[in-house]
Amino acid sequence: MNVSLEEFDKAFENRIRLQIMSVLVANDRYDFNSLKELLNVTDGNLASHLKALEKEDYISVNKTFLGRKPNTQYAASDNGRHAFKKHLQALENLIKQQRK
Amino acid sequence: MQEKDIYNELSSIRNLMERSTKFISLSGLSGVLAGIYALIGAFIGYKLVDSNFGELDYRDQYVTEPRILLELFLIAVTVLLLSLLTCIFLTIRQARKRGENFWNPVSQRLVVNMSIPLFTGGLFMLILLFQGSYGIIAPASLIFYGLSLIAGSQFTFSDVKWLGYCQIIIGLAAMLFPAYSILFWMMGFGLLHIIYGSVMHFKYKQ
Repeated sequence: MNVSLEEFDKAFENRIRLQIMSVLVANDRYDFNSLKELLNVTDGNLASHLKALEKEDYISVNKTFLGRKPNTQYAASDNGRHAFKKHLQALENLIKQQRK
Repeated sequence: MQEKDIYNELSSIRNLMERSTKFISLSGLSGVLAGIYALIGAFIGYKLVDSNFGELDYRDQYVTEPRILLELFLIAVTVLLLSLLTCIFLTIRQARKRGENFWNPVSQRLVVNMSIPLFTGGLFMLILLFQGSYGIIAPASLIFYGLSLIAGSQFTFSDVKWLGYCQIIIGLAAMLFPAYSILFWMMGFGLLHIIYGSVMHFKYKQ
């Protein structure tokens, strides 16, 4: 089966990154701890994937403090939304191709 | 990539989008109990008003004696508090069972969105009380509650929206037929809650 993978976004190769992106596309914003709980991942793991997405300019980060506790909010950027849509489209095309 | 993998990927995306935007630990059972409290409260209230007017007396449509009003008010507040506490308690229990945190971004949004119409309605009714317009408190409580359900429904089961629409319709009907407003109120807060709660309980196998 020869399927072109060039439309696939490298940033979304990792499942957790794709999962983070799906949450951020569906919500205006999400904070670190709730994201961690939802995805059931460790602090370090989540932080490194968020960093990677931030580097791609797919998400924006807003750090604030709730009292003394840091409260970091993440939101999908326009870039990220676009990339996410394209990735889904690529997945869809892949299914269509394999059906043929 | 295999087709199966793609489906897995897509279903995990879909699942996360659902879970991150909808709070689904709301307990159906708490709806049933709230309905029962409302019916009991209405029954006690009705008895209270009824026993204070002799059978031979010409019964006024409006209740104006301060003592009775205060008692009715206390009954209403008790019913409200009991319903809220039951709902919170059962929801926390349900969330624990699912291994979900009950106070997450979605439940916060649910509470905030429901609070706006609810507090507006509460203040509106207090103002009505002070101004002595007791007649439209029953319809107003139904209508504002319905609006609040609709506002909250986008953050939980969409079935909640239908409960909201029904409450608004019943509220408007109560406005149209003031003589039967207590019956409409019992229908909205009592019967509808019990029906809704049972449907949810069995539909989502809680």
